[in-house]
Amino acid sequence: MGTIVEMIGVNKRYGSNHVVKDLNLTVNEGEFLTLLGSSGCGKTTTLRMIAGFEEPSTGTIKVEGVPVEEKEPYERNVNTVFQTYALFPHKTIFDNIAYGLKMKKVPKPEIKERVLEMMEMVQLSGFEKRYPSQLSGGQKQRVAIARALINRPRVLLLDEPLGALDLKLRKQMQLELKRLQKKLNITFIYVTHDQEEALTMSDRIAIMHDGIVDQLDTPTEIYEHPATRFVATFIGETNTYDGCVTSIHEGVATVTLENGAVKVKCDDSFSILEYATISVRPEKMRFQTTPHDGFELVAIVKDYIYVGAVLKCIVSLPNGNELKIERLAGQELPPIGSRIYPYWEPEDAVLIHNDSYKIFKILDEIKLA
Amino acid sequence: MSGKASKHEFRSNTLPALVTVGPVALLLLFLVVAPLILVAVMSFCKTDEYYNVVYEFTAANYGKLLSVDYVKIYARSLLISFITTLICVLIGYPFAYIIARTKSKKKKLLYMLVIIPFWTNSLIRIYGWRSFLGNSGWLIKILTLLHLADGSVDLLYKTGTTILGMVYCFVPFMVLPLYTAIEKLDGSLLEASSDLGARPVRTLFEVILPLTSGGIFSGCIMVFIPCLGYFFVSNILGGGNTDMIGNLIERQFKSANNWPLGAALSIILILVTILLVKIYQKLGGDMDSLGV
Repeated sequence: MGTIVEMIGVNKRYGSNHVVKDLNLTVNEGEFLTLLGSSGCGKTTTLRMIAGFEEPSTGTIKVEGVPVEEKEPYERNVNTVFQTYALFPHKTIFDNIAYGLKMKKVPKPEIKERVLEMMEMVQLSGFEKRYPSQLSGGQKQRVAIARALINRPRVLLLDEPLGALDLKLRKQMQLELKRLQKKLNITFIYVTHDQEEALTMSDRIAIMHDGIVDQLDTPTEIYEHPATRFVATFIGETNTYDGCVTSIHEGVATVTLENGAVKVKCDDSFSILEYATISVRPEKMRFQTTPHDGFELVAIVKDYIYVGAVLKCIVSLPNGNELKIERLAGQELPPIGSRIYPYWEPEDAVLIHNDSYKIFKILDEIKLA
Repeated sequence: MSGKASKHEFRSNTLPALVTVGPVALLLLFLVVAPLILVAVMSFCKTDEYYNVVYEFTAANYGKLLSVDYVKIYARSLLISFITTLICVLIGYPFAYIIARTKSKKKKLLYMLVIIPFWTNSLIRIYGWRSFLGNSGWLIKILTLLHLADGSVDLLYKTGTTILGMVYCFVPFMVLPLYTAIEKLDGSLLEASSDLGARPVRTLFEVILPLTSGGIFSGCIMVFIPCLGYFFVSNILGGGNTDMIGNLIERQFKSANNWPLGAALSIILILVTILLVKIYQKLGGDMDSLGV
């Protein structure tokens, strides 16, 4: 699998507003890559720079190995599906889809053949003579996708294409998009703020936060091994604990938290006396009514919430922090208000380097000097 | 019960309507509708040998208007209006496009450039052009200094001068509807066009012009129709050489003193205007965008 899009040291500033910060991103040929992040994280700007609607302030963007940052959108072999569809209201569905081929001066019979074939692929046969205003949201979306795909771009850029659709239609379109992508074997770069959408569709996800890619990995890796505290809390539900690594023994660290010591698996990158964050998913959390070896956490049961097959326990630590623990429903439970001892298997928790504690380290060093 | 309710409704609807619309309606009735009827009646009247209006029916006024000399003037009026409209589109469109699409903070300032001329009476501004273009005007002086012209050059009293004045007067009327249409244009459509491989010129003809054609059309109507009836521009800048329908009408009422003939001319002009507006509507034009 070769590289198709490469962004090297890309920065984008609007005046004093630094939207994309020193971005390095490699997109492989034929993959479904999602840029995921909350609004204002720079994901749409990144996409627009690849499309050519925005010029990077500094840095290089390569498509198929060729720098394109000086090229106009019409000179790039990428196509975009816009969030608002951007269908031409004065043109029929046929003419909308045929637009790109017409610009490339493809012979008319071939245009007709390819447009009809594409319309069949997106299940819009029979809509040739209609105008965009006569279509529903989902149909417009399909026209927008067909209009882009018919040009056989090397890369298809999609800017929150399903954002305006209702939930049911969105689920359906997610599967359809994934199917199209596999069938045509085109690289998709997909922008969304919907983590579930990203987890369902993507081969890899780039989680963006404040203009920086925090982690670029497969959905499983991102869920199971978040690289930063932000990723851990952004994707799914999790419990986080900040603490200090006090000992490391055979790949298991003892971390001392405000509420006592706990154990967590760690790798060589951690050292003793380092500040770090532990992330434990609710479904990985356990508890019992007697203390568990190696864990000093004590909590009070606050509430139980039934969510279908699982039961969410809300427990609170002495410092007031609340934890979420998931259990299969139907098990015997200690009464609300009783004391429990939360724990987890050390390999079920993730230890994350915590940059925000660096400042304390620096302050300590200054004091020592 | 229902009678009582409808009576109440009648009162609550009629009084505010009378207070708000009433005075304007009355004003329009006396100052527009009544004079129009008078003009229409007068156009079918005779005159005595001293050109006093005699209220006797005749269609002779309209018959007179069919003579070659008059038809020539209608043709010239239409031609001058047409050329004026065309030049207004060519000048107005790029300008309207720039002020509508610019993201610069100077947008308001540019917009003001269109509005400011309205602050001075157009008659005065046209006199300004006359002294600027005239034999002792600035332009001739500068051209003479640069040896580009000698004393024999005369810029006034030509068809071109009339068109220049007309364009000058009517460009804002073209720019404003164009500005509205272009500002409504969704920027993502232009991006989509470029994304799909269209160069800027193709985008102009495939997307921008078709989607702003409503603005072009209303701008043309806003320029063409008043242009037909304008008389002081051709009077001041064209001398007597480029008479238009407006000049004929003015002359019938002022110097020739043949009011019924002037009335008939006015009626013809009104009919032409109505015809043009009807065509505009037929072609799908929106009356709102004319500001009517």
